[in-house]
Amino acid sequence: MSNPTQTPGKVTAGRRTAALGRFWAQFRRQRAGLVGLGVLAAFVVLALAAPLLFDSDQLKVTAATGTPLTGPSAHYWLGTDESGRSVLALVVWGARVSLLVGLSATVISVAIGTLVGIASGHFRGVAGALLERVTDWFLVIPFLPLAIALASVLGSSLLNVVIVIGVTSWPGTARLVRAQTLSVEARPYLERARVLGGGHWHQMSRHVLPNVMPLVLANTTLTVAIAILSETTLSFLGLGDPFRVSWGTMLDSAFSNGAISSGAWWYLMPPGLAVVVVVLAFTLVGRALENVLDPQGR
Amino acid sequence: MAVLTLEDVSVTYRTAEGPVPAVRGVTIQVDAGTSLGVAGESGSGKSTLAATVLRLTPASAKVTGRVLLDDEDVLAMSFGRLRAVRWATAAIVFQGALHSLNPLQRVGRQIAEPVSLHDCTVSRGDLDARVHRLLGQVGLPGRLASSYPHELSGGQKQRVMIAMALACSPRLIIADEPTTALDVMVQAQVLDLLTGLVAELGLGLVVISHDLSVLASTCDRLAVMYAGRVVEEGPSGDVLDRARHPYTRALSAAFPTIGDPSARFAPRGLPGDPPWPGDLPPGCPFHLRCAEAVAACRQDDVRLRVAAPDHLAACVHVGRPSVATEAGAP
Amino acid sequence: MSPPVLEAAGLSTMFRGRRGRPARAVDGVDLELGRGEIVALVGESGCGKTTLARTLLGLARPSAGQVLVDGKPLRYDGRSLKDYRRTVQMVLQDPTGSLNPRHTVYDAVAEGLRVHKLPGDEGARVADALSRVGLRPAERYFLRYPHELSGGQRQRVVIAGALVLEPRVLVADEPVSSLDASVRGEILALLLDLRRELGLSVLVVTHDLGLAWNIADRIAVMYLGRIVESGPTEEVLARPRHPYTQALLSVVPESRRLEPIVLAGEPPDPTRVPPGCRFHPRCPALASGAAAAAGVADRCRGEALPVLPATENHTAACFLSAARQGMLTD
Repeated sequence: MSNPTQTPGKVTAGRRTAALGRFWAQFRRQRAGLVGLGVLAAFVVLALAAPLLFDSDQLKVTAATGTPLTGPSAHYWLGTDESGRSVLALVVWGARVSLLVGLSATVISVAIGTLVGIASGHFRGVAGALLERVTDWFLVIPFLPLAIALASVLGSSLLNVVIVIGVTSWPGTARLVRAQTLSVEARPYLERARVLGGGHWHQMSRHVLPNVMPLVLANTTLTVAIAILSETTLSFLGLGDPFRVSWGTMLDSAFSNGAISSGAWWYLMPPGLAVVVVVLAFTLVGRALENVLDPQGR
Repeated sequence: MAVLTLEDVSVTYRTAEGPVPAVRGVTIQVDAGTSLGVAGESGSGKSTLAATVLRLTPASAKVTGRVLLDDEDVLAMSFGRLRAVRWATAAIVFQGALHSLNPLQRVGRQIAEPVSLHDCTVSRGDLDARVHRLLGQVGLPGRLASSYPHELSGGQKQRVMIAMALACSPRLIIADEPTTALDVMVQAQVLDLLTGLVAELGLGLVVISHDLSVLASTCDRLAVMYAGRVVEEGPSGDVLDRARHPYTRALSAAFPTIGDPSARFAPRGLPGDPPWPGDLPPGCPFHLRCAEAVAACRQDDVRLRVAAPDHLAACVHVGRPSVATEAGAP
Repeated sequence: MSPPVLEAAGLSTMFRGRRGRPARAVDGVDLELGRGEIVALVGESGCGKTTLARTLLGLARPSAGQVLVDGKPLRYDGRSLKDYRRTVQMVLQDPTGSLNPRHTVYDAVAEGLRVHKLPGDEGARVADALSRVGLRPAERYFLRYPHELSGGQRQRVVIAGALVLEPRVLVADEPVSSLDASVRGEILALLLDLRRELGLSVLVVTHDLGLAWNIADRIAVMYLGRIVESGPTEEVLARPRHPYTQALLSVVPESRRLEPIVLAGEPPDPTRVPPGCRFHPRCPALASGAAAAAGVADRCRGEALPVLPATENHTAACFLSAARQGMLTD
C-alpha cells in the first residue's frame, strides 16, 4: 500500500472515485430511481435536441400552417393549437423553458437555503436566531400573492418567474439544512475542531458542509420538481413570459381557448402529462437518493 | 437445581461477508439462588449469548445446541410456549437502560406492560399495586410510577429496568452491562440491589460485563469469554486471584488493585485488539496477543481443561505436567 | 520555582440550570498543574470535573476567578484563544465520535496544522505525530478512514492530532472509558511515554480511581463544584481523609479490602448546593455521630468551608478531618 509515487491527494481522489462507484452500484438497485433517471434523461435529451427536431419557425404564430385545433393526424402527431401550430413541437420546445426555469430557480433556492441553513444552525445567539426568524418569515409568505405582486411590479418574464420561485422556496431547504446542521454540530468532532483552534469558517466548510451535502442533494431533486410545478402554475395563471412557450403557457392557452369544452384533449393532455411525468421522475430519483444516502447515516 | 443450562450452544450470524460465528460451543450452568458473571470484551459473544437464552437472536442467525430454562429447551419450544416463557421464566435487563425506556410513556405503565401481556385478566387496581410493590423492591418510591423516563436519573432508570425484569416473577435474570454508564457509587447501589434480590427471591442471576472486578465482587462464579468461547470458568475468587488463562490475567491486570505498588505507573494491557469474530486466526484465537504462546498454540485450538477442582481454563499450559512435552517448545 | 504550566485560581463557572436557577457547576477551585505532571481529577457525574476541564481549555468562560498559563491570565479574545490552543490540547472521551467519518487519518491529524497555518512539511509532521503515538509505519495509516480502525487506534489518532500542535498540556476527558479493557493499558502507557519523552503535563478527568492509581502523580477529588481532597495519589488513595473519598474508595471493586460505604441517594444537583459543608447531607461520618463526637457537627451543617488551596500536600476540605489532624482553627 505504501507506493511512493502515490501522493495523498491522488490516492484520496482514487478513493473518492471508488466511493462514487459504490454509490452508483447502490443507486442502481433502486429500481424506481433508475426509471426516474431514465425518464429525466429522455426529457433532457429531447429538450436539448429541440432545435434539431423542430425548426423554431414552428413556434411562430404567423408561420403556422395547420388548421387550428385539429386532432392528431399523420402530419401533426399531436394535433394543432388554436393558431395552427404543431402541439408536439410546442411540447418539445416547451420542455426547454420548463426545465430551464425549474433548474435555475432550484440553483438559487438551494444556494440561499444551504447558506442560510448552515449559518443559522451554526451561529448561536443573536445572529443564529435572526437568521432563523428570517427563514420562518419567508416560509410563511404565500406563494401566489407574492408571485402576482412581483409580476405586476417587475413585469412578466422568465427571469422574474425564476426569482419568484427562488425567493419562495429557499426556506424549505434552509429548515432542512438547519436541522441537519444542529445534529452535526452536536457531534464530538465539531468540538474537537474547535479545540484544535478552528474558527467558524473552518468548522462550517470542513465539517458541517460535507455532512450536510448528501441531504441537500436529495432535497435538490425534490426542489426541482416543485420549481417546475410552480413555473407551470405561474404560467398557467398568465404570470409567465407570454412570448415563450412552456408547458404552463400551453395549458393556459388551451384553457382560455376553450379546449376543455370543445374536447381538444390533444392540446391539454400532452403538456399536463409532461409536467406530471417529469415531476414524478424527479421525485423518484430524489427518494432513491434518500434511500441510498440515509442508511449510511453518519 | 439448575435454572439455566447451556449445552454446547453455538450462534452463527449470516452476513453479506459470509458466516460470522459469534458464539462457538458454550456450556454453562446457573443454579437458583446463585449468580454467574460473564466477562468479555467486544466481539466475545457475550451479548449474543444473553439474547440466545430467550431466543432473541435475529432470524438469520443459526443457533445450535440446547438452552434449557428450567429443563425446557428454549430452542425447541413452539412460539406460543416461548411467549409464555419470555419474561415469566427469564427476563433480561438490557444494556443501555437509558435508551431502553419509551420516553413517551410513564414509567409505571412500562413496568406494568409485561404483567398485563402475560395475564390479561389482572385488574387495574392489582396492576397498580404490583407496580408499587416492584418499585419498592428496587428501592424506589412508589410515586415514581407516574414519572416519565427523562425525569429520572441514570441510576433510577436502571432500577426501573430491573423492576420491569422482576414484573412477572422470573426465575432467572440476565443483566447485560448493567452498570456501564453509571458512576461508581450508583454502580455499587445497583449491584447491591441485584445481589440482594438473588438472596431474597432465590433467583438465578447472570451478569454480563467487561469489568472483571465488578463481576468478582457481585457474582459467585465467573466465566470469561473470548472470541465466542468460554476460556476460563470457576468460583469468582479463584478466577480473579488465581487466573490460569493468560487472557483472564491480562483482563484483571487492566483494572489494578488500588494500593498495589506494582501497578503504579505500570498500566497493563494487551497488544492488538479483541478479534473480530468473522476473522479468527487459526489455532488458539488468543495466541496472537498472548505472551505465553508456544508453537502448538498456532495450530491447535484449545478446549477447556481442568486446572483445579471446579476451575477450568482453555490453555495449553493448563492441566499438563510440563510445557516441555510440546514439540519444539523451549 | 517556575510557575505551574496551567493553573486555576478561584475559578467558578455557572450555567443557567433547570427552571432558571443558576447551576454552580464549578464553584471555587484552585488547581495547579506543573510541568511533566499528571494530575487526575476524579468525581461522579455532576461534580463539575468536565466543566472545570472545559473552562481550563477556554471552551467555557468562568464567572469568577482566572485561568493562568505560565502565571499569566488567559485572555478571551479570538487571537489569544487560538494561540492558547497551541499550548493546551484536549482528548475527548469517545474516539469514534471525535473523528469526522469522512476525513482520512491524515486529514484528521493535519487539521490542527492547517487551522493554524503552521509552516514546514505537513506530511513529515503528521508522520512524526503518528509514529509518536505508536502507529507505525505512519504512512500505512495516512489513507485509512476511522471506521477501518479499532477503538484503540482511533484514540491514538486523536492523541496524534493533539500532539501535532506541540502542546505542553493535554487534558484527557475519560480517555479510556469507551475502549475495551485489554486496550486501556496501551493508551495509558502512551500517556506516560509522552510525559517522559516530551515533558507533557496531563490532566486526566475520570471517575475511575484505578486509572488514577495507574498513572497519576496527584489526585484531586471533586464534589458538587469544589475540590474536597487533593494530594499525592498514594497518600490520598491509601489514607483518604475526606468521608466522600473514603466512601468512593470503599465501593470501587478494585479495592476489596475496605468495608463498602454505599452512600444513599443520587449525586446532588448543582442548582441546589446545601449550606455549610456541601457533602453534609450524605456524609456517613455526620450520620453516624462521629462528627458530633468530635464536636464539629454544627460547623458541618452551618459553616461553609473555604476553597482548598492548590498545594502539593495532602489536604482535605473537612471539619472532621481537620479536627482529627489537630489543625482546626476557631
